Amino acid sequence: MKKIYDYILDEKNHHFIIPAISIILGFLVGSIIMIFSGLNPLDMFASIIRGVFGITLSKIGTGKAIFNARYLGEYFVFAMPIILTGLSVAFAFRTGLFNIGAEGQMIVGSFASVVVAILVPLPPVLLLPLVILAGALAGAIWGFVPGILKAKYNVHEVVVTIMMNYIALFMTNYYLKKLPGSTNSKTVALVKGATLKSDFLSDITNHSRLNWGFILVIIAVFSFWYIIEKTTFGYELKAVGYNPDAAKYAGIKVNSRAALSMVIAGAYAGLGGTVLAIGTFGYGRVLPQAEGYGFTGIAVALVGGNTAAGSLLGGLLFGALNAAQPIMQSSGIPKDIAVIISSMIILFIAMQNGIKMLLERLKGGK
Amino acid sequence: MEVIYSMMTLTLIFSTPIIITAIGGMFSERSGVVNVALEGIMMIGGFTAATSIVFLEKSTSFAPWIALLFGLIAGVLISLVHAYISINLGAEQVISGTAINLLAGGLTVYLSQVIFHQQRTQSFETGFIKTTYPGLSKIPIIGRIFFENIYPTVYIALIIVIASWYVLYKTPFGLRLRATGEHPQAVDSVGISVYKMRYIGVLLSGALGGLGGAIMVLTFDTQYTIGSIHGVGFIALASLIFGKWKPAGVLGASLFFGFSQILSVYSTDFAFLAKFPQEFFKILPYLLTIVALLIFSGSSVGPKAAGEPYDKGQR
Repeated sequence: MKKIYDYILDEKNHHFIIPAISIILGFLVGSIIMIFSGLNPLDMFASIIRGVFGITLSKIGTGKAIFNARYLGEYFVFAMPIILTGLSVAFAFRTGLFNIGAEGQMIVGSFASVVVAILVPLPPVLLLPLVILAGALAGAIWGFVPGILKAKYNVHEVVVTIMMNYIALFMTNYYLKKLPGSTNSKTVALVKGATLKSDFLSDITNHSRLNWGFILVIIAVFSFWYIIEKTTFGYELKAVGYNPDAAKYAGIKVNSRAALSMVIAGAYAGLGGTVLAIGTFGYGRVLPQAEGYGFTGIAVALVGGNTAAGSLLGGLLFGALNAAQPIMQSSGIPKDIAVIISSMIILFIAMQNGIKMLLERLKGGK
Repeated sequence: MEVIYSMMTLTLIFSTPIIITAIGGMFSERSGVVNVALEGIMMIGGFTAATSIVFLEKSTSFAPWIALLFGLIAGVLISLVHAYISINLGAEQVISGTAINLLAGGLTVYLSQVIFHQQRTQSFETGFIKTTYPGLSKIPIIGRIFFENIYPTVYIALIIVIASWYVLYKTPFGLRLRATGEHPQAVDSVGISVYKMRYIGVLLSGALGGLGGAIMVLTFDTQYTIGSIHGVGFIALASLIFGKWKPAGVLGASLFFGFSQILSVYSTDFAFLAKFPQEFFKILPYLLTIVALLIFSGSSVGPKAAGEPYDKGQR
């Protein structure tokens, strides 16, 4: 017990302890809200377990099948895009930039992939790589704009990325509807060769939408770790994030590093859009409003301490909340409690100075 | 000419929530706290107003006005969270604001389901009603624009603009507020509490944002849904920047953005407008804001200390 206590109070462990405390407090607030509205929080946790592991607790002992692999497959389907938007936000954070624009970069990524898949006549072997590349590239371009404005003209990236989210939404909606065969809500189904869909993966998970997108996610997580930890470029990015003045003094081109960091961040989010469009759905969707993947990405990055492995874990955590949403709704719990919990977790992480002060006080009082 | 008059009236109506919310944002940012939570504050205000009017309209004819008041109070309460995290805990203000936007979407739809058992509030019978003021509407030109087929809430917006200009530039309080956003250390050194000024700034943005959201739902909608505010909070943020953080500028920018929103409604009346897709008009405010930021970038127009937590030890 004493050991755990010391571990929690040790400042060196704060980077791990603070997200952990925030997650616990977030779920606590969510549970309290549920109790006040006459609902049982345990039902929510049961939904999460069913959404993640495919195990229905209430069926234990009834003789019915308690495990359904489809939920497991769908869980990864929910987690994949937000791991990528999480990487996007985290990458920009490392250079000291706040990328609220992952949402928009993701939307243009989806859009570019769908456009290439529908309009470019190529055999699948060549088409699929091009479709994926188009998504990442479109996201990168969408990240380049706030990046270059920040680097050249010192325009704050937060406002620019917020504005570009809306531009992305309305612009892509307009062009998606213009594609041959599109209705007012979606495009034609993409040819199978241009998608990441897999009969094999779908079959082993009881017809879920699980797809090859997870390979892209693994490559992305690895590339993030490699760039940040193993290259000079990554070292420079981190230096700029820690202290731009010192970095400049050390001869690092601070401005161009900032712009490049947004380009790479945009590429991750764009790839997230690609996975969503050609993996989860297999067609382009006209969206009435932003879906929030980019905003969840902010939560993912913050929980994960802006690292590659952290974003992976954060994505799996918030993916669990997202995957549980349809299950909650069907068992009478408003699914929006998941949104409340996510936002509370971000709020508590934002309050980390307060949590630190509290921990200090505990330490002093010992 | 008929079309022009009704277009101007409609511009005023569409701009009303933008003007009020942007002026709120101005108080917050002028005190040194960046507020990207305007969208979320509007959602909370809109939801609260829609819910109150559903329960009140059977019993009193003042229901819309009371609902506005409740929307305003709800806005103040949610902005308290932003104030505490940004001012007392010295947090990254953009993160706190983003979390509040996210929270507002979740909370309003959650409460709708708890209270009304559906994804939206129950619809109300009547919100605000367009009125024509006899006598005043006979004044040439002005009467047609300001007093015919118009909501009384438009006057609230115009009064708020004038009052905020007076408060900001003609009172000691306004001077202190502006100074807090420019150079908090200097303000502190003459014995004025930076924390207090910033709290007032943020809470004013909550009050006005809540009011803006409430007016928006009670004039354009018959119920609150997750899409009721649809980015107008961010257009208000855009107006604030486009208007260079000044009341008159914010008014002008808000009217312009309101105008660009209704252009698509009138595209059938003007041949040259019909060529542009609806999406073009929706994109316009956001695109222009980026251009404006680019143009302003040479000269420093925003409050200098906005976004930086105030640390007493740092002088």
